[in-house]
Amino acid sequence: MSNRRDFMGMALGAFTGLGALGALYAAKRTWDPLPSVKAAGFTTVDLSSAQENVLYTEMWRGKPVFVIKVPKNAKPNSAPNGRDENAYEDKRLITVGGDKFFIAIGLCTHLGCIPEYFPDKHKFICACHGGQFNAAGEVLKAPPPSPLKIPPFKIEGKKVILGEEGPEYKKMKAAGLVA
Amino acid sequence: MAHFDPNARPFSHKWMNERLAVDTLKRVLSTEYWIPKNINFLWAMGMILAATFGLLLISGIFLLMYYIPDTKQAFDSVNYTIMQEVGFGWLWRHIHGVAASVVFLIIYIHMFTGIYYGSYKKGRELIWLSGMLLFVTFSAEAFSGYLLPWGQMSYWAGMVITNLFSAGSLELNGLVEWIRGDYVPNQAMLGRFFMLHVLLMPLIIIGLIVLHFGTLRIPHVNNQDGEEIDFEAEAEKWKAGKRKESKVIPFNPVFLSKDTFVLGVYFIFFFYLVFYHFNFAMDPVNFDPANPLKTPPHIYPEWYFLWSYEILRPFSKDVGLIWFGFAQVIFFLLPFLDRSPNVAPANRRRPFRCWFWLLLIDMIGLTILGKLPPQGIFTTFGTIFAYLFIALWFALPFITKMEKLVGGKK
Repeated sequence: MSNRRDFMGMALGAFTGLGALGALYAAKRTWDPLPSVKAAGFTTVDLSSAQENVLYTEMWRGKPVFVIKVPKNAKPNSAPNGRDENAYEDKRLITVGGDKFFIAIGLCTHLGCIPEYFPDKHKFICACHGGQFNAAGEVLKAPPPSPLKIPPFKIEGKKVILGEEGPEYKKMKAAGLVA
Repeated sequence: MAHFDPNARPFSHKWMNERLAVDTLKRVLSTEYWIPKNINFLWAMGMILAATFGLLLISGIFLLMYYIPDTKQAFDSVNYTIMQEVGFGWLWRHIHGVAASVVFLIIYIHMFTGIYYGSYKKGRELIWLSGMLLFVTFSAEAFSGYLLPWGQMSYWAGMVITNLFSAGSLELNGLVEWIRGDYVPNQAMLGRFFMLHVLLMPLIIIGLIVLHFGTLRIPHVNNQDGEEIDFEAEAEKWKAGKRKESKVIPFNPVFLSKDTFVLGVYFIFFFYLVFYHFNFAMDPVNFDPANPLKTPPHIYPEWYFLWSYEILRPFSKDVGLIWFGFAQVIFFLLPFLDRSPNVAPANRRRPFRCWFWLLLIDMIGLTILGKLPPQGIFTTFGTIFAYLFIALWFALPFITKMEKLVGGKK
C-alpha cells in the first residue's frame, strides 16, 4: 500500500519540482535586460576639436564616458598613495591623430558615482567615498579598487567609435590595461 | 459532526459561533491574551508600528492612483500632478514620506527596547528573528520606494546600492545588470521596483507581521524585570476577580486602552510633522529630476541607513563590503551570541550594560558621521566607530558568558 502512495508522492513531487524550475527560469529570463537594451548602439566621438585638459563627457550605453586631451604635464598636485607620476606617460592613454587622449567610463570603480575632474589639480575626486584618480584614471586614493575602466573602442582617423573592439583596444586588453 | 442549529437566525451570535467560533477567537486573540502589568510605554511601540504601517498603506493607495512608473513621467507625476493638481495629494505624499522615515525611528526604538530588556531569549527567539525579517523587508520597501520619484537622489542611490551586488572584486556585473534589467538604472528597473514596492514587498510584510504576532502569543511579551510569569495562574487570579493581586491584564480591553493612549500621543507628534515639519523627510536633492550624467556632490542614503553606510566607507571596497554585509546580518544572531541565561534589563547585567550603551552611542555616532562628507577628522572618527561596532559584536559572546546570574524581581 505504502509503496503505491510513495510512488504517487514522488511522481507528484517530481512534476511539481520540474514545473517550479521552469517557472523560476521564466521569472529569471523576464528580469533579463531586453534585447533592445542589449543592442544599445555604438557612440562615435569626434576628437578633432578637443581642447587640452578639458573634460568632455559622452554617453555610451547609458553610462558617461570621460574624454580628456591630456597635456604634456599632467602631474597630480598630490597623490595620497605616493604614486604621483605624470599621467601623460601613462600606458592607458590612447593616441588619436598624434595626440594622447584619456578615454574611460566615468563611473567610480568603487560604487559607480561620477567623479569630478579638477583640471588645475590634474585629478578626479569622487564625492561619494573620497576616492581619487589621476588624469589617466589610475587610483591615487582608495576605496576604488581599480583604475577607471576603458570601454571597447575603435580608432578611425580623428574619430573614436565606442562599443567596437579595434586593434588598439585588443592590444591594450591583452596587456591588461583596460580594466 | 458539527452541530448547526436550524433555528438560529442568520448572522446572530449563535449562528456566527457555530460557523466561525467567534467566541473562541475573541478569547484566544484578545480577551484572554494576557499582558504583564509590569511594563511601560515602550511596550506600545509594536502597536504604533502597526498603525504607522496602516498609514503607509492608506496614503500609498491614494498615491498609486496618480503615480506613473515611467522614467519620463514619474518625476512630474509626483512633483506636479500629485503635489499641485490632485486635491489633497500633498497630504498623502507628506503622510507617506514622513511615515516612511518615522517608522524606522520607531523600529529602532522597538529593537533597542528588546535588546535592553533581553526580550529575545528563552522562548522569545522567534519573535526577534521574525522582527529582524520585518526590518529587512521594511528596508527593501523603503529603498524600492525611494527610487519611484526618479529624482537625482533616487537615481544615484539606486545606482550605488545595486552596485553593491557586484560583490567587489568578484565583479558580478552580470548580476547587477540582471537586477537593473539594463546597464544603468532605467525603465526596466523603475518598473520592477514599482512592482516590488506596491505589491510583492507589502504582501511579504503583511505575512511577516502576522508571523511576528504569532510568535508572541505563546511566550507572551516580556516585562520590565524579565520576570518569568506563570500566565495561567495569574490569569486565574484575574478571572476570579482578584484583579489587584494578578500580575497580568487582558490584552483587550485593558492593555489596548493604554496602548491607544500612547498611540494618541504619537499621532499628535506624527501629524505635527506631517503638517508643519515634513521637510525633514523630503531631500532637496531629490527635487531635481534624475540625471545619469551628473552625480550629486554628496550621495547619502536616508538617515535610517546611515549607520551601515558609514561602515562601508572607511575600508577598501572588498573589506568594506564584507563588514557592511556583517552589519546587515549580525543583529539576527543576537539571541545566539548572547550566552547569558539572564533575562533582565541591561542596567542589572554588569558588562552587558556597557555593551548596550556603547552599541547605542556607536550607532548614533555612525549615523551622524554618515551624513558628513568623508574628509579629515570625520574619516578618522568613522573608522574608529566602524571598528568599535565590529569589536562589540565579537566581544558579545565573551562578556555575556562572564556574566553572573542575576535574580530578577520575584
